[in-house]
Amino acid sequence: MTKWLAPAALLALLVAGWEALAKLGHVQNYLLPAPSEVASALWRDRDLLAPDMWVTAREVLLGFGLALAIGVAIALVLHLSPVLRRAAYPLVVASQAIPVIVIAPILVIWFGFGMTPKLIVIALICFFPVVVNTLDGLEGVDRDQVKMMRTLGASRLDLLRRLELPSALPFLFSGAKVAVAVAVIGAVFGELVGSDAGLGHAIQVGTAELETARVFAAVLLLSLMAIALFGLVALVERRAVPWARTSGERR
Amino acid sequence: MSKKFRTKTGEVTALRELTLEAATGERLGIVGRSGCGKSTLLELVCGLQEPTTGTIAAGGGRSAAARLAQCALMPQRDLLLPWRSALDNAALAPELKGVRRREARAMAEPLFERFGLEEFSRAKPAELSGGMRQRVSFARTLLAGKPVLLLDEPFGSLDSITRAELQEWLDGALRAEPRTTLLVTHDVEEALFLCDRVLILSRRPGTVRAELGAGLERSLPRSERVTSPEFTLLKERALEALA
Repeated sequence: MTKWLAPAALLALLVAGWEALAKLGHVQNYLLPAPSEVASALWRDRDLLAPDMWVTAREVLLGFGLALAIGVAIALVLHLSPVLRRAAYPLVVASQAIPVIVIAPILVIWFGFGMTPKLIVIALICFFPVVVNTLDGLEGVDRDQVKMMRTLGASRLDLLRRLELPSALPFLFSGAKVAVAVAVIGAVFGELVGSDAGLGHAIQVGTAELETARVFAAVLLLSLMAIALFGLVALVERRAVPWARTSGERR
Repeated sequence: MSKKFRTKTGEVTALRELTLEAATGERLGIVGRSGCGKSTLLELVCGLQEPTTGTIAAGGGRSAAARLAQCALMPQRDLLLPWRSALDNAALAPELKGVRRREARAMAEPLFERFGLEEFSRAKPAELSGGMRQRVSFARTLLAGKPVLLLDEPFGSLDSITRAELQEWLDGALRAEPRTTLLVTHDVEEALFLCDRVLILSRRPGTVRAELGAGLERSLPRSERVTSPEFTLLKERALEALA
């Protein structure tokens, strides 16, 4: 209970300050809507925003899943083949230097306004932290543990299955937590470039109509979505790698 | 045999002209200061490394793979897998030889009973004390089912009381399950207590300085054995050779 008091108090203070600034500072509400106006827009436009939220949530989940699968697969391949690792790792890094702002419109030209370009944008942004963290986990396995497994007659596959993959799991989750938070940005980005639904689309339309309160409401929903997804991944992590927590507490 | 390593600052000779032999069923202790190449010696014997010059044979196996098939190495750190229960950690050894998990567990269970671990078989390593973890690690080493045991400072990370307890325990466990054993340690007392014969290694590059036939009366409890006059004499000689 007391654990929540400090963050709740700070949040309340910030919201109250914002409310006071918007109301007493005579700021036009299309420039800065007060929190109360954002809340009422959230309620008033719920039938408008709810379907958009589902669209975005689906994109985020599917894109994140795609990024996770691709990221782990790439990490495994790079781990198992030192030659490929030397050859392809720079390309993986380079992929992150490509501005999504350049790629996204091209993807819309190629794949249209549907979900595909959004998934690609999300996956493109999200696979990177998964690859880097998982690979670090796979490579960072305790050398002595590898020796121990070898003296017990472990094959390469045994090493991977019974040592390297479980050891890398906490790292994979670190990557996944970063990925899921930026996945939301990816989805909005994909929608801003070209879409007919989703919270990114709602933001675009709201901005054009000077419905700033609705835009803020959509941003609020995006933040909540990111927090919820992050929490979900953290929950799965706690279930899947309980040992990482206990050893951390012991140290 | 000899072993040299290339490092950034040049070549390091870890072991030089080292010759040793252990009879089947014998417990051979190897004592040396930290960094004299003791752990390297065990890695060479069990086939994780190859010597720069000379040959090694273990239980009839000469090639690295053949030696690996003959030797079970108990490392200094327990290296238990944190996601596996104590029992499953010990069962890892037969599992890696292709035994199914359930049968591997059944093989580990009698050892757990004998080692006083049965209550903790489902506990995760993080929930076990250091002494219990070493017992699990030893069970895993035994379950590898190899004729030669290589123990690398098995109790190096334990406090002195637990250490003394586990030495007595290991003595009993090895009597119940005799194996050709190479025990590497920096603790003279531990080697003299546990082994039939003890070799004293020099500083790096490690080579044999002295050989002591320990072979003391095994029936007495530890406290009486390590305080007997002949034990004290052996210990003095060993410490002299180490100096």
